[in-house]
Amino acid sequence: MDEIFGIPAPLLFGQLLLGLINGAFYALLSLGLAVIFGMLNVINFTHGAQFMMGAFVAWMLLNWAGLGYWWALLVAPLVVGLTGVIIEKTMISRLYKLDHLYGLLLTFGVGLVIEGVFRNEFGSSGMPYRIPAELQGSWDLGFMFMPIYRGWVVIVAIVACLATWLVIEKTKIGSYLRAATENPALVQAFGINVPRMMTLTYGAGVALAAFAGVLAAPIYSVNPQMGANLIIIVFAVVVIGGMGSILGSVVTGFTLGVIEGLTKVFWPEASSTVIFVVMAIVLLTRPAGLFGRA
Amino acid sequence: MAAPGGFSGTDYKQEDAVLFGFTRTQLIAFLAMVAFIAISPFFLYPVFLMKVLCFALFACAFNLLIGYVGLLSFGHAAYFGMGGYLAGHAAKVWGLPPELAILIGGATGAALGVVIGAIAIRRQGIYFAMITLAFAQMVYFFCLQAEFTGGEDGIQAIPRGVLFGVFDLRSDMTMYWVVAIVFLAGFLLIHRIIHSPFGMVLKSIRENEPRATSLGYRTDDYKLVAFVLSAALSGVAGGTKAIVFGIATLTDVFWTMSGEVVLMSLVGGLGTIFGPVMGAAVIITMQNYLAEFGAWVTVIQGVIFVLCVLAFRRGIVGEIGNWLRVRL
Repeated sequence: MDEIFGIPAPLLFGQLLLGLINGAFYALLSLGLAVIFGMLNVINFTHGAQFMMGAFVAWMLLNWAGLGYWWALLVAPLVVGLTGVIIEKTMISRLYKLDHLYGLLLTFGVGLVIEGVFRNEFGSSGMPYRIPAELQGSWDLGFMFMPIYRGWVVIVAIVACLATWLVIEKTKIGSYLRAATENPALVQAFGINVPRMMTLTYGAGVALAAFAGVLAAPIYSVNPQMGANLIIIVFAVVVIGGMGSILGSVVTGFTLGVIEGLTKVFWPEASSTVIFVVMAIVLLTRPAGLFGRA
Repeated sequence: MAAPGGFSGTDYKQEDAVLFGFTRTQLIAFLAMVAFIAISPFFLYPVFLMKVLCFALFACAFNLLIGYVGLLSFGHAAYFGMGGYLAGHAAKVWGLPPELAILIGGATGAALGVVIGAIAIRRQGIYFAMITLAFAQMVYFFCLQAEFTGGEDGIQAIPRGVLFGVFDLRSDMTMYWVVAIVFLAGFLLIHRIIHSPFGMVLKSIRENEPRATSLGYRTDDYKLVAFVLSAALSGVAGGTKAIVFGIATLTDVFWTMSGEVVLMSLVGGLGTIFGPVMGAAVIITMQNYLAEFGAWVTVIQGVIFVLCVLAFRRGIVGEIGNWLRVRL
């Protein structure tokens, strides 16, 4: 088991794991985008900036308040989610009656502001964030060494995705949400505060992005651009999966991460473009996306 | 975007076309613009004006799609930047004269537009925006790795050359008149497209696509042709910019550039013919004066984006038109 298809096994498994990690972030971010889009009909262009804010809040908590990783996992999504609530209340909510493209333009502008402010404050170079002591080291799996933190990220991401799915599909709040997505006017008529639900949905989607940001902080260096480049790939993932189904976006996210990882092994030059090629093929064969409703 | 030109609910005066499809007010505005282009190099720095004109043409090309077909492309940097690269490569490595280099820039934009457009027009609205953005990012990654683009350095020291073997473009003033002519030709072409029977079909697609289909128009073909025209003119703008500044870099293919052209059109007024020109002038002037503030320029641009979307959706020219109750 030293070589597979002429590729050294550790390299292959290493890239597969890297692909799974990237896939975990694609899944978490596209899930947040899908939840927000389902309820608000807005593509949240600020999502990348909010992912980056999550990582920065974790960094600030550690360096300014002495609060470690575990606190950050809890506090950062709350703080960033709260800023999301404010953004929705003060700005996005004014645009619901207009064309959906205005929501996209608005959140793009907000993203520029946030990223610019962080770049002025912290510069463009990345800042390291140490892996928490409990998750350092690696497991010997026999065929490769698996850094514990990376395994942790994949597992936590899967758990977070499943939890989101359970909340939406199996709880009462989730049923309100699904109903309001189908027919907001009717749900409002039943006495449910739909505008507040929209605000909270946006906050929750943003919190999910910030949660992903905290998970990413020890893996990638914490820097103001970390979200902007990722979010464009996530858009492609969203187009491929279609935004119709929660599990669909999770499966698509992980699958594309793995495809990207494998491409890095077999044809490294194409690894940065392979997801866009997949997007083109999907658009030509199934324009609504793999899990989308036309 | 459903009818950016018409969503304001303004009760416009009915004006008939008096010349070249321009109404009387538009003709006055056009002549004022030409007059400004003709006299401004004598009191403003020509290189700065050339930058404005290149971006004005770029923004006009972008506005053809959003304003008259209702398609928001978030990836126009791909055609602009690639046009610049190929024009620069043609002038520097192949030693072609500037007129051919700029044409090659336009052809590059058109070729990319055919490929990306054919796939992107399969979806509308926000999906269209996301797809064009994703493909533009793919072009960016290609440019980052390809040999001929020079990677992080870009293509430098592109010669301006001699136009038609007669006009030496190393003089800024001669170069300026060439850029002015390229811009005006592009502007009039777009104006002509909008007012042609083809343009009428485009507007009907913007207003109600199923209805246009039911009247027997192959709407996908119309959208694709509009997309390719827009991409080709963006390529011309990018090629011209590369020749003027002698440099083609990754900045021009990056997604921030796609955002900037959206901002220019939005500030000037989506769906107005003079809006993108005004928007380009405002944004480039702002960047020029604020250059010393570094990254704050991004913040300011973001703030302008937000303000425009929340409170100023008609843009500068749109507001003026609304005030005078005429279409500009």
